[in-house]
Amino acid sequence: MNLIFLLVIPLLTAIGVLVSRNKSQVRWIALVGSVVQLGFAVALLMAFREARLTDGMAPVLFEQNHALFEPLHIHFHLGVDGLSVAMILLTSFVLVAGVLVSWNIEKMTKEFYFQLVLLALGAFGFFMSLDLFVLFFFLEISVIPKYLLIGIWGSGKNVYSANKLALMLMAGSALILVGILGLYFASGRSFDILTIGNLNIPGHLQHIIFPLLFVGFGIFTALFPFHTWVPDGHSSAPTAGSMFLAGISMKLGGYGCLRIATFLLPLGAREYANWIIILSAIAILYGAFVTMMQKDLKYMNAYSSISHVGFSLLGIGMLTATAMTGSMLQMVSHGLMTALFFAVIGMIYDRTHTRMVGEMGGIMKVMPFITTILFIVGLCSLGLPGFSGFVAEMTLFIGSWQHTDAFHRIATVMATLSIVVTAVYILRAIGSTAMGPLKNEKFSELKDAAWNEKLAAFLLVGGIVAIGVAPEWLNDLLRPVADLIMKRLGGN
Amino acid sequence: MNDFFILMKSEWVVTLIIFVLLFFKIGRGIRNEVALPLIQILLLVNFIAGFFFNQAGHLFGNMFETTGLIILEKNILNLGVYLISLLFADWFLKSRNLLEFFILMLSALLGMFLMISSGNLLIFYLSLELATIPVAAMANFDLDKKQSSEGAMKMILSSAFSSGILLFGISLLYGTTGTLSFAQLPHQLDSGSAIQIMAFIFFIAAFAFKLSVVPFHLWTADVYEGAPFPGAAFLSVISKGSVAFILITVLYKVFQPMGDLWYLLLVILSILTMVIGNFFALRQQNIKRFLAFSSIAQVGFILLGMSSNDGFGVTAVVYFVLVYIFSNLAAFGVASVIATHTGKENIEDFKGLYQTNPFLSWMLALALFSLAGIPPTAGFFGKFFLLTAGGARASYGYIIIAALNLVVSLYYYLKVVRAVFMDKNEHPVPKIRTYPSVKFGLLICGAGILLAGVLSWIYDYIHALS
Repeated sequence: MNLIFLLVIPLLTAIGVLVSRNKSQVRWIALVGSVVQLGFAVALLMAFREARLTDGMAPVLFEQNHALFEPLHIHFHLGVDGLSVAMILLTSFVLVAGVLVSWNIEKMTKEFYFQLVLLALGAFGFFMSLDLFVLFFFLEISVIPKYLLIGIWGSGKNVYSANKLALMLMAGSALILVGILGLYFASGRSFDILTIGNLNIPGHLQHIIFPLLFVGFGIFTALFPFHTWVPDGHSSAPTAGSMFLAGISMKLGGYGCLRIATFLLPLGAREYANWIIILSAIAILYGAFVTMMQKDLKYMNAYSSISHVGFSLLGIGMLTATAMTGSMLQMVSHGLMTALFFAVIGMIYDRTHTRMVGEMGGIMKVMPFITTILFIVGLCSLGLPGFSGFVAEMTLFIGSWQHTDAFHRIATVMATLSIVVTAVYILRAIGSTAMGPLKNEKFSELKDAAWNEKLAAFLLVGGIVAIGVAPEWLNDLLRPVADLIMKRLGGN
Repeated sequence: MNDFFILMKSEWVVTLIIFVLLFFKIGRGIRNEVALPLIQILLLVNFIAGFFFNQAGHLFGNMFETTGLIILEKNILNLGVYLISLLFADWFLKSRNLLEFFILMLSALLGMFLMISSGNLLIFYLSLELATIPVAAMANFDLDKKQSSEGAMKMILSSAFSSGILLFGISLLYGTTGTLSFAQLPHQLDSGSAIQIMAFIFFIAAFAFKLSVVPFHLWTADVYEGAPFPGAAFLSVISKGSVAFILITVLYKVFQPMGDLWYLLLVILSILTMVIGNFFALRQQNIKRFLAFSSIAQVGFILLGMSSNDGFGVTAVVYFVLVYIFSNLAAFGVASVIATHTGKENIEDFKGLYQTNPFLSWMLALALFSLAGIPPTAGFFGKFFLLTAGGARASYGYIIIAALNLVVSLYYYLKVVRAVFMDKNEHPVPKIRTYPSVKFGLLICGAGILLAGVLSWIYDYIHALS
């Protein structure tokens, strides 16, 4: 399996979109490109499982290494481990779904799809990079598309949100940049993740570099108190933009926190683990309670994302292999779930032109399909068995419970409490949106989901259920990654 | 005798072009429509000629020297001048004294060539003057604008002042060391001697004037605002680039014994320059003043890269200047097209530009993202390499300040992007039909911005030379 394909296909798709002549060509090129990419991602999964069976336990597979800026020891070094494969698969799912739900965008269609594909390209590259420079390049590449997607196609106070998001994420990148340079000089001029992964960086340097990297990536993944871009950004973005921001972009941060900060700087991770736990426990509870107060569906999902992503940070802070597996499961699960949630909200908004829970009511009668999806995603969000959310949270809590001291126990209990709050707001919101008599007469004319929306929904629901019912295949991918990181951390 | 022509080849070609233009001027004169394509072709020939018959060596008892790196630097400046002739065609065609403008510009370029090649403080001083005085005349070229004369006056006075300081520094150096040669000076320098330190600081102050390093930046914004667009672009890109080239040679070769002193100076100056340049840029409304302060902030990053005191520093600075030529010239080019056709120079007037002029909008956005250092543009690579070079010696605090400055700069670059793409405007700038060469020039810049980073052999090549 040549990983370059996974970069070339989005690139070709983007170029194809640019040179196409009319809107329908743009849409079909984007769709075909993203479906082909999904095909390759699935093939990658197959090839990876196969190779794991024969190849044993090499940390990364399908490596390729090309010199890029030789004097600075920068290499175009690609390779995947289980987590990368899972994230690439997730990104492809969300990309196809995002292309499908944006089918009816009429304003600057070509530019819209170009930005969307570029955003995905950045994510694909990020998850495959084994060189810190290349990784940083792909992380930053998404700044332009995010800014323009929200600023041009967004709604509400979108220009303000776009600015806030771009600047806060840039601040995160600035910290990451300093951290990367710190690693570069601490390791004797190397950007290579595998090389640095075999070195022992002196403790006093880890003491400085770890917080830089963790907070930097943390800003991307809404680490409390740097989460403030999330509600504004997510709620102002166009549907596909929100799906990507919450589903993929936030995961870039989680992936970085785990694979870069924690893996490369084990002493730093041990030193700051309790801080991570405190901050993520606050984020989980705070996010859940703020969500309860929201009346706008998009704000609801944005705040609940803060809470859900908090789980994956909590798993990292717990420093046990099981909790870390749970954390990674949560990244994948939340990516699918939140993308689906934003897609459904977008579908509802396109029809009712409101996102306020209070103004809807009884829409189940006119839009049974969309409302069913809303139910599914809501139940997944509150962690009902059979959906991915349950698997992730359960694994995480089991892993957290392995610590027997009071501090970890209290943090775990607090995090579990948030599930009750989640149940309250999810059931209340869905209930008052879907059930009861139809509140607005005009809504009775509305049509149910079109083919493209149904397809997008099936795709994402398929992913959620696949993880929920048969989590072993994903667990097999992620567990070795957690074991490797724990081995480096020198713990259980 | 043969060496005499081959080693000074770049200078000879430029001189020849100056004479050709003078010849036309003194003769019957030619119309702008004929003169401009001719000049563009001559400058293209000049640029291409830079790649042939290259040879390293020195002349006149080490007064003039040339190496592979110096030839590359001259080629980069040639490219910049060629791009200027393409990008500002709309303004040139309207100009009453087209030939004079290019004669002045090429004279300044000749001065810069000699300055980069100089191996002696005397010829360095002379060529620096040759590189400065014509630029002041260029700044004064909007003859019917009062601001233009005011800016030129400011520039003449401040550069005369800085030349005075420079001469004072040089004479102190000569007095204490007894030599003017770049090769001899390092052996005579003594990092403990107070008078030599003073001489050195005077010397650096003159460079700081030319590079508009804070606190010597006060002339910059006014001169840019008054100068015509090609003049401002020349000042901000070519002039700064050439001074950065010679500064790095002087610091690394001549003042190496004072390495610790100038490291400290560079750190202080670069932090000041970045921070003040950025914070003043936040408030600017006029696009030229905006670009002036943004270019001040960029110089802060150049100084950061320079502070590394090794080959990576040289590579990063030369590479950054190349990238900066593409990015800043594209930004000036788009602004100039709009100002020449509509007379509007304020960022507010760019609102809704995308509705009417998508090509110009994308080019402007690309240029600004490159200046901000966002990938996939070359500006990202340029900034990253400067930070990597400087990071070898710098403390975490210094690098964090620099990195946070990147965030501040993103804010004001996004302000322009926002105006172009997002803000609504009832009466946006009408659709503009530019002279064909403008589009061509912008495409070259765009290609440079997108490719100079990804094509890693460019960096490797520069590194091999430095």
